[in-house]
Amino acid sequence: MKPAPFEYHAPETSVEAASLLREAGGDGKILAGGQSLLPLMNLRLARPSVLVDLRRVQGLDGTLANGGIRIGSMVRHGQVQRSHEIQSRVPMLTEAMRHVGHPAIRNRGTLGGSIAHADPAAEAPLVAVALGAELVALGPDGTRTIQADDFFQGPFMTALADDELLTEILFPEAPASAGWGFREVARAHGDFALVAVAAVVSVEDGRLRDARIAVAGAADRPMRIAAAEQALEGAAWDAGTRSDVEQIVRDALSPAGDSHASAEYRKSVAGVLAARALDDATKATGSTA
Amino acid sequence: MRTVSLTVNGNPVEEEVEPRLLLSDFLRHELGLTGTHVGCEQGVCGACTVLVDGETVRSCLTLACQADGTAIQTVEGLAPNGGLNVLQRAFQENHGLQCGFCTPGFLMAATALLERNDDPSEEEIRDELSGNICRCTGYTGIVRSVQAAALQLREGTVTASEGTAG
Amino acid sequence: MKERVFGKRVPRSSDARLLRGRGMYVDDVPVRDALEVVFVRSPHAHARITEIDLEEARATPGVHAVYGAGDLGAFDRALPLLFPHPDLVEPRTQCPIASDEVHYAGQIVAMIVAEDRYVAEDARERVRLELEPLPVVVDVNAAVEEGADQVHSDMEGNVSGHIVQQVGDPDAAFRDAHLVLRHRYILERSAAMPMETRGMVAEWDPRGEELMLWNATQVVHPLRSGLAQFFDIPESRIRITAPDTGGGFGVKGFFMYPEEVLVPWAARELRRPVKWIEDRVEHFTASHHERAQIHDVEIAVTEDGVVTALRDEFLVDTGAFVPYGLELGRITAGQVGAAYRIPNIHVGFRGVYTNTVVCTPYRGAGRPHMCFVTERALDDVARALGLDQFEVRRRNFVGDDEFPYRRDGLVTADGFTVIMDSGAYFTQLSMLEEALDMPALREAQAASRETTKLLGVGLACYVESTGGGPYEGAHVIVEPDTGTVRVTTGFTDQGQSHSTTLAQVAAERLGADLDSVQVELGDTAKFRWGIGTYASRGAVHGASAVDRAAGTVRDKALRLAANMLEVSPADLEVEDGRISVKGSPGTSVTLGQVAKAAKPDRYGFDNDLAALAALGPAVPRESSDEGPLLNADEEPGLEATGFFSPQNATWASGVHGAVIELDTETGEVRFVRYVVVHDCGIVINPLVVDGQVIGGIAQGVGGSFYERLAYDAQGQIQNASLMDFLIPYATEVPEIELHHLETPSPLNPLGVKGAGEGGAIPVPAVAAAAIDDALSASGVAVRRMPLDPEELMDLAASGAPSDKGDR
Repeated sequence: MKPAPFEYHAPETSVEAASLLREAGGDGKILAGGQSLLPLMNLRLARPSVLVDLRRVQGLDGTLANGGIRIGSMVRHGQVQRSHEIQSRVPMLTEAMRHVGHPAIRNRGTLGGSIAHADPAAEAPLVAVALGAELVALGPDGTRTIQADDFFQGPFMTALADDELLTEILFPEAPASAGWGFREVARAHGDFALVAVAAVVSVEDGRLRDARIAVAGAADRPMRIAAAEQALEGAAWDAGTRSDVEQIVRDALSPAGDSHASAEYRKSVAGVLAARALDDATKATGSTA
Repeated sequence: MRTVSLTVNGNPVEEEVEPRLLLSDFLRHELGLTGTHVGCEQGVCGACTVLVDGETVRSCLTLACQADGTAIQTVEGLAPNGGLNVLQRAFQENHGLQCGFCTPGFLMAATALLERNDDPSEEEIRDELSGNICRCTGYTGIVRSVQAAALQLREGTVTASEGTAG
Repeated sequence: MKERVFGKRVPRSSDARLLRGRGMYVDDVPVRDALEVVFVRSPHAHARITEIDLEEARATPGVHAVYGAGDLGAFDRALPLLFPHPDLVEPRTQCPIASDEVHYAGQIVAMIVAEDRYVAEDARERVRLELEPLPVVVDVNAAVEEGADQVHSDMEGNVSGHIVQQVGDPDAAFRDAHLVLRHRYILERSAAMPMETRGMVAEWDPRGEELMLWNATQVVHPLRSGLAQFFDIPESRIRITAPDTGGGFGVKGFFMYPEEVLVPWAARELRRPVKWIEDRVEHFTASHHERAQIHDVEIAVTEDGVVTALRDEFLVDTGAFVPYGLELGRITAGQVGAAYRIPNIHVGFRGVYTNTVVCTPYRGAGRPHMCFVTERALDDVARALGLDQFEVRRRNFVGDDEFPYRRDGLVTADGFTVIMDSGAYFTQLSMLEEALDMPALREAQAASRETTKLLGVGLACYVESTGGGPYEGAHVIVEPDTGTVRVTTGFTDQGQSHSTTLAQVAAERLGADLDSVQVELGDTAKFRWGIGTYASRGAVHGASAVDRAAGTVRDKALRLAANMLEVSPADLEVEDGRISVKGSPGTSVTLGQVAKAAKPDRYGFDNDLAALAALGPAVPRESSDEGPLLNADEEPGLEATGFFSPQNATWASGVHGAVIELDTETGEVRFVRYVVVHDCGIVINPLVVDGQVIGGIAQGVGGSFYERLAYDAQGQIQNASLMDFLIPYATEVPEIELHHLETPSPLNPLGVKGAGEGGAIPVPAVAAAAIDDALSASGVAVRRMPLDPEELMDLAASGAPSDKGDR
């Protein structure tokens, strides 16, 4: 199928883009990589009357390392995946990119586009939440920074106003003692995640510290599992803790079932993946917990 | 209507297009380059894969006006002298195609892979081609074709773009 | 002696064009000024049309016409029933455009013709359609219950027909059985899903009297016959060409889809070329589905595990109409018993209407179901009696010395008594057992049980009746001007490589150089007769017809050459296109020279008269200086037409084995190994046969773990896009290990059997067996496919037999 007609703009500045969005009055859409939006437009399930293409906007496609790393919203998944700088500072993000669609999709799709699209099963939002990323939005009144935990508000719903666009994603520097794990189950390679889990944890003197666990595909947004994080604080990573965490994660979730998997499946697998991600994370710390 | 100006297989192109025109339709129906095929228009099957500035892209998930200022390569540009390049020849020798409909997409994806890595493992090949569906071959012939082409490229007997009398 | 070209791994010369992007698929046909069609389709699965307002759509700029059923005049009539049968008591076929009641979501209610597809889709949004919902029937079991809702509101019972067949005395065998097992086995609905959707371009000559139709179809000739009747014009006024076609797998083997009438009709109305390229989303409801059968099976065994009788009553979900009659069920029934003796059989089935898309053959066409039933039932027998999965098969196989093996009382869909022509089932199974290396696998499996990723080994045998009737023909000519051997046949190619394999057959029979042979396919104007490509019949029919025609040409060439060289035909041999005197290779003529000599008007254009004259006369004359070149009753040239009509089906066979790894905590599954022993009789081109087998297996992998068309209770497909209906990628299909066995068929001159579908047939049975084996500690038995990760995880967790498929 073919898209319905729309008005097309390709501004050169973010400010101009924001004001075009404001003029569109809620009926405008940002076109970043288009890999989520265009399938919907081709099916006429999305039919914005105004499309604001960011491809010519300056300053959205760079990365800047400074302890953590700032990644421009128009940096493409493929660029993220191949960036040595990103891999050395946010290796979980690099790993997560492997699961985003297929190579040609990653060559077009952008990190900012994926985060702003806020698919509850998507990888980039999950990593943003797990790592406590900060998201920089630009609107007609200037910029503001939104914590990842506050950014995602529901399925395909974010804290961005109709006339705001995402310009940057800031990943904080990870402590040297931290290890990470990323696990995903999809029906087939590159397909949308049924469930994915991202975990970070440090080990100090054989005890787990500062765990962050987030789950995608099992709630209306990427979701931190605070109860599990608390349970891990100070614990040793042994069989008992492992099975406790599995259960806590399951209990913390009340996902909706759909035609791909039931709520029960998503809960159960979220628990399994959380345990496996923590296996990886604790192993990656190089310390025994 | 918007004006787009780009190069396709090295040839400069300037055309007026409707904003909603998909790059796949632009290539096929405006430029007559029907080697790029359309299998789903949902970005899943990969038949419409072309190279935009050297990288694989779904032309069905790209607006023609987004291609303004880019350099596009399609299957027609793989072996410009009218023959077959090493990859195309390997597909023929290894039965890497049956109906041929998905083939241009696979050729473009494999071209991008071999540009970056002329010694991919079988797993890397399968991973890189995992965005393209073939309903005929079961992929074995395709994987072998890419392996055979990579071997020839490594041996340095041919270059990627070298054609034959075909 | 020169190496034979028959049987050789010959790459395809036709590939070069496709690899350069120079193919001509239907959407590439360069017809100027073609208008484009989109169809308006019913969103409801069962409803009465209370109002349809097309005026706003008609007023859309760029729209040329919008048609409803009322605009069709005499063309508003039911499409043909392709396979009548005495037991088909309620045959319903649809009209091109629904006018009153719609019976499935996707049924056409209007047609829009516009400048291009973008505009046509804009207009489609302006059609106002009012529907009054009627009860929807989706579940095939519910459909046959007493008092069920009606799929067609003027038809009670939802059953189109019931056919029962019997071999031996099953009742007696069940009475005497040591053990009787009863199970329900299910394969769910799926679809062929070729990468190119359907599509066509229709153009009438300016007088509106002759139709040119480019159509992505597997069957040009039958469609021509049908359209000639529909349009009430002679067949000779219709030319149908199948251009390069992007896969078919059966879904393009059906005709007449409503679009195949409507697009040519609109082209005639509008006096413009009209094109319809099916959209992928549209394909899910506009093109047919298959699989979708439920089998209730009883199996009688002795204490030694010998199956003495099988009783199978099954339901075939035919969708909302039955243009194919009861054929799918008849094909399934014809495979009953499979590779096993099973002397007593009752097999019956009912065709059941549902408010869903029509079901017609998809690669395998009813055969995967019976394979699944038979192989799963044997594994159930093995489990019940504590037998090994190899042993239970050996105790039941038809022996090599029992061929031809008859099942009197059972007929194939072509109406022949089932007689399996040849096979070597014991050898096949031993080859597989050796290739798998079972002792090593059992060790690896034991080790896997210490983890959450369990290994399982499964196998399934299959037989496949191939080469269904009625006939194909071929024309072979040695062109007098170029020496090219041109082979022309009516059937079509969707990637099966016919132009290579037929060239090999022609070259071999003629003694021609392979490179001198060119093959033309799928054009009613180039070859008058034909049926089409389906039912694994290309090699059996097409190659046999080419062999016959080429043999006739060879005989004539030898006769004429003998005359030219003044020797006896028996003294001649042909190799690489040159006919020479045995023992005197210098004394020779080429096939091209003979063809030239047999052409009466050769002097009109030939520019090497002296050389030609030196060839001598092609046929006897009164004197060397005068008289006619040809005898009065002699046809000019070197050409012949051959036909082949098989006297019964040939039975290909094989056995597949797989090692599967199942993650019990997530339900993720992957093939670790996949081994095939395959017997399609004499192999013309192993490269091509390997490709067919592996490609079929990939579809079977889809049918095992990924592909399922899921309808909800309202008759809506829940996964009608490639984003949701998953086709395996290169990452899901394993490397396939292939072993060939060649048991010639006695039923055709080449000894060939069909190879197109076998790969797809046993895979769900193999995969199910491997899952059983992985979970054998908990006694799981899979009797329904496909399985998705969630279902697999549930199986792993249940620790009990899966009775999802059980009664």
